[in-house]
Amino acid sequence: MQHLEVSDVRAKYGTLEVLKGISFSIKKGEIASLVGPSGSGKSTVLRALMGLTPITGGTVMIGNERMNYSSAKEVRAARDRMAIVFQQYNLFQNMTVMQNLTLAPLKIKKWGKTDVITEAHRLLGLVGLSDRANAFPDQLSGGQQQRVALARALALKPQILLLDEVTSALDPELVNEVLDAVRKLANEGMTMIIVSHEMAFVREVADKVIFMDEGHIIEVGKPADIFDNSQTNRARDFFSKILRH
Amino acid sequence: MERILEQIPRFFSGPNMTLLLEAAGLTLAMTLTGCLIGFGLAFVLVYLRQTPGMWALPLRWICITYVEVFRRIPFIVVIYLVLFFIQAVTPDASLFTIAVIAICLYAVAYTADIIRGGIESVPITQVEAAQSMNLSRLQTNIRIILPQAWPVIVPPAIAFAVSFIKDTALVSQVGVFELTFRGKELNNQGYSGLLVFGTIALCYFLLSFPLSMLGQYLEKRLATPRGERRSRKIRHS
Repeated sequence: MQHLEVSDVRAKYGTLEVLKGISFSIKKGEIASLVGPSGSGKSTVLRALMGLTPITGGTVMIGNERMNYSSAKEVRAARDRMAIVFQQYNLFQNMTVMQNLTLAPLKIKKWGKTDVITEAHRLLGLVGLSDRANAFPDQLSGGQQQRVALARALALKPQILLLDEVTSALDPELVNEVLDAVRKLANEGMTMIIVSHEMAFVREVADKVIFMDEGHIIEVGKPADIFDNSQTNRARDFFSKILRH
Repeated sequence: MERILEQIPRFFSGPNMTLLLEAAGLTLAMTLTGCLIGFGLAFVLVYLRQTPGMWALPLRWICITYVEVFRRIPFIVVIYLVLFFIQAVTPDASLFTIAVIAICLYAVAYTADIIRGGIESVPITQVEAAQSMNLSRLQTNIRIILPQAWPVIVPPAIAFAVSFIKDTALVSQVGVFELTFRGKELNNQGYSGLLVFGTIALCYFLLSFPLSMLGQYLEKRLATPRGERRSRKIRHS
């Protein structure tokens, strides 16, 4: 059974249609990667799923529940099932690492305090930052902040984790520490949608690659098929440019 | 000059000083009460003004109109408007109350824009992160935005209060016994204008200077990154 099913989803920024009917699906435990040129709408897919960019058409199913983005209440239901990690980490600057991790579990999910704190420590261990629980974001490197952001998203126990170019803002030497953390999640069977320009990483962890261009999905397939044997000119052209080096 | 020297002992007598001290207290009380209530209400105004959705359009419009109108009316006119309006409604309202209400109305309009500027200085990405976790608009404002907007809001808000201490002199026009009013009174009693208003000027300075210093202190303290402030605390303990 499909865990997430997106059918003919459309989204607009003002009058500009950025998603022109997107359809794809992923199974539980699967990792899908959205790739494509800048402005193709990859990030918008994630933003639309989180209700940050309004959806103007189409349907989204999680399990057998239909997500409706037409009212604030329904958007909350979608946000309750997914979590997103942003390119710029977006940690709350006025809070410590621990407060960043526990805010929503305590105040929104209303889970028990002991469990939330135990889980937060476990997640900080998972991303290798056990000793930074009381640091503020501006005391951490970009790579460390992004790992905290990853832990913060996991603290919400999402059914689906959305990663929006999580290494694009990092210095090259910090990229791997974040990718290592994502690898661990992949091994734990986390369902994820990853928007990334790290093609070697996508090839390694993704079960499915979705190639987008100008608000459309052009091609979907296994990483090897898409990267080395794309069926469309547009995809072939794109991959030949970025995979040459 | 001789007249002034001769008047000095009599002018700085106990009853006169008590009078001025009371007046200074009244000036300070009026300004602080008005500005603090106004500051609090300004938060509410800004929050209402930022209500999203079509249904809230009239609400946003009212908030914007309020700010724009009150920023364009001279304070003295606001005082008279409040005076005549309040006296029409409750004839036995005290002049102090009327002065505080006028200061409030004025302070709301001015500090609302200061607060809005502070809130808009917080990156929208912080709001999106909060939204993604299902924080409500109020929760996002209280827990995420305001703590970060504070350093931008506090210095100009205090600067406003400091400069407003002077402007409260205008309420002497409606007969509140504040500093300037008492000054005119003493002057009418025959004391040299230079002596009286020199003293009054010194009083205004002494009222506003500590507040300015507080503003400068807060500005420095708030500008220090949170992390550094914290680690300094840890080292001390």
